[in-house]
Amino acid sequence: MNLTASSPTRMMLEADRPGFRLNVAEPLALDCGASLGPYTIAYQTYGRLNAARTNAILICHALTGDQYVAEPHPMTGKPGWWDTLAGPGKVLDTDRYFLICVNVLGGCMGSSGPMETNPATGKPWGLQFPVITIADMVRAQREVLDHLGIETLFCVTGGSMGGMQVLQWAASYPERVFAAVPIATAARHSAQNIAFHEVGRQAIMADPNWCGGNYLELGRRPERGLAVARMAAHITYLSEPALHRKFGRNLQNRRAVTYGFDADFQVENYLRHQGISFVERFDANSYLYITRACDYFDLAAEHGGVLANAFRGTRTRFCLISFTSDWLYPTSESRAIVHALNAIAANVSFVEVETDKGHDAFLLEEPEFFATLRGFLDGCAEHRGLA
Amino acid sequence: MSPDASVAVRPAAPAALREDLRLVASMIEPGSRVLDVGCGDGELLSYLVHHKDVDGRGMELSQSGVNACVRHGLSAIQGDADNDLDAYPSDAFDYAVLSQTLPATRSPRRVVRNLVRIGRFAIVSFPNFGHWRIRLDLALRGRMPMTHLLAAPWYDTPNIHLCTIRDFLALCAEDGVRIERSVTLDRWGRPFRLDPRSALANLLAEQGLFLLSRG
Repeated sequence: MNLTASSPTRMMLEADRPGFRLNVAEPLALDCGASLGPYTIAYQTYGRLNAARTNAILICHALTGDQYVAEPHPMTGKPGWWDTLAGPGKVLDTDRYFLICVNVLGGCMGSSGPMETNPATGKPWGLQFPVITIADMVRAQREVLDHLGIETLFCVTGGSMGGMQVLQWAASYPERVFAAVPIATAARHSAQNIAFHEVGRQAIMADPNWCGGNYLELGRRPERGLAVARMAAHITYLSEPALHRKFGRNLQNRRAVTYGFDADFQVENYLRHQGISFVERFDANSYLYITRACDYFDLAAEHGGVLANAFRGTRTRFCLISFTSDWLYPTSESRAIVHALNAIAANVSFVEVETDKGHDAFLLEEPEFFATLRGFLDGCAEHRGLA
Repeated sequence: MSPDASVAVRPAAPAALREDLRLVASMIEPGSRVLDVGCGDGELLSYLVHHKDVDGRGMELSQSGVNACVRHGLSAIQGDADNDLDAYPSDAFDYAVLSQTLPATRSPRRVVRNLVRIGRFAIVSFPNFGHWRIRLDLALRGRMPMTHLLAAPWYDTPNIHLCTIRDFLALCAEDGVRIERSVTLDRWGRPFRLDPRSALANLLAEQGLFLLSRG
């Protein structure tokens, strides 16, 4: 099969990238014991911070997302990943709120990560980059808030891995989070979640162009491995009914099967396309690091095995949202978080949205999801005294 | 708390608020913490939040009810009285409200115990199975009674643990639950001026409404 990107790979020059970069001189003490520094955090903002600095919403992106929430992506030209939700007059209303999205530590859109240059060697970090965790990502985001002079976030929200960061924010810095909306997420990565990630990592590492992680230095890129990782992961983001509705057993531009291994079926063609377009914008080593950060996430384990302890004494208002057909981060995971929050009588709302679109539903226009988020934010804004 | 339940309701009450919910609301001190179990689409909760400045939370079995609550800025979760009250710590709320859903619970006794544990006070209302119309239905027609509060036929009703006002008072006595206040209501949700412990109240009231506390 041909999984090589059709256009030559473009790794964008820094100058071409919209948004901001924060260089932090003070080293960051990471969970793995290493310290990282100086380091860089890339972020983007939308809307205006009010005079009281009380209208900031931090959006945490998912595994393969980035800071380009509400504008065309600088590399692909596609609309921002939450373009349907964020913008003037939308649910995350940029006329009303100041939106911030930070490229996660370990990412590949400007924040320090394995693709960036290691100042000590002058070469790309590769696997010399320290292993980071969700909590490390959140620590780095905190630096951005300090830099912007934002003491308390009106809201932190995000789906999937973004939801993990939301939970980590609420646990690590409760006094800085007025409202938290973790979407389609879990307080810990399940064995099944870890298993799927491992398949993706093995696909990357099995690509001869991966070269033990040193591919950038050697001018190569493990595109096939990364594309296969993306294809496998993409299946987990959908549901069987959604796949069936979209493709069924329909054939791709042909009347009959070809008795070969070309993409006979539309679903094959679709997945190959997903894989190919992904490698154009994502770094394979970043994929290893970020999936690992998800795998290590277990909020209860950090608090004596009792999830409620992670939030004890919190005054944050929570709203959890899950989707009926999401089998990657099923409703039961959200419900476990709700029960933990109930155990400490925290202010929590929980809505399960009926949809057949699977885990990906959090990225799509789901009226019930949007109405829930809008209602919750409006209620919180009233309590926060935001006009 | 006002001794006369019917005058405590603020004039700003939305016209739509059910009469029995007005009475529930009148039992709740402004600014308190309230858990409304079986909150439906948030009618009572919304009233309490906007007119009594309470810190209100809702629990509701139907997802559509929960979604409606959250859409309107109320805090609500999907859950039910049988399974989801255990998680709450004691004294988490000033009031735990269970309006009209006690007969639909699997373990009413455990639910009542949980309510008075979670709330400093519990407010419980339920249809009175001792009402004369119900007794007559059974005695003369030999059919399972159907009233406007118990509107579903026997094969379709969610109510599996029906009780009379006397039954409920006996359970409270047995479990050491103190009756702080009790109101009996006619079919329009208006209070009777009857001693709720009397045989007459048990015969005439269509529903009972009780403010409870741990003994």
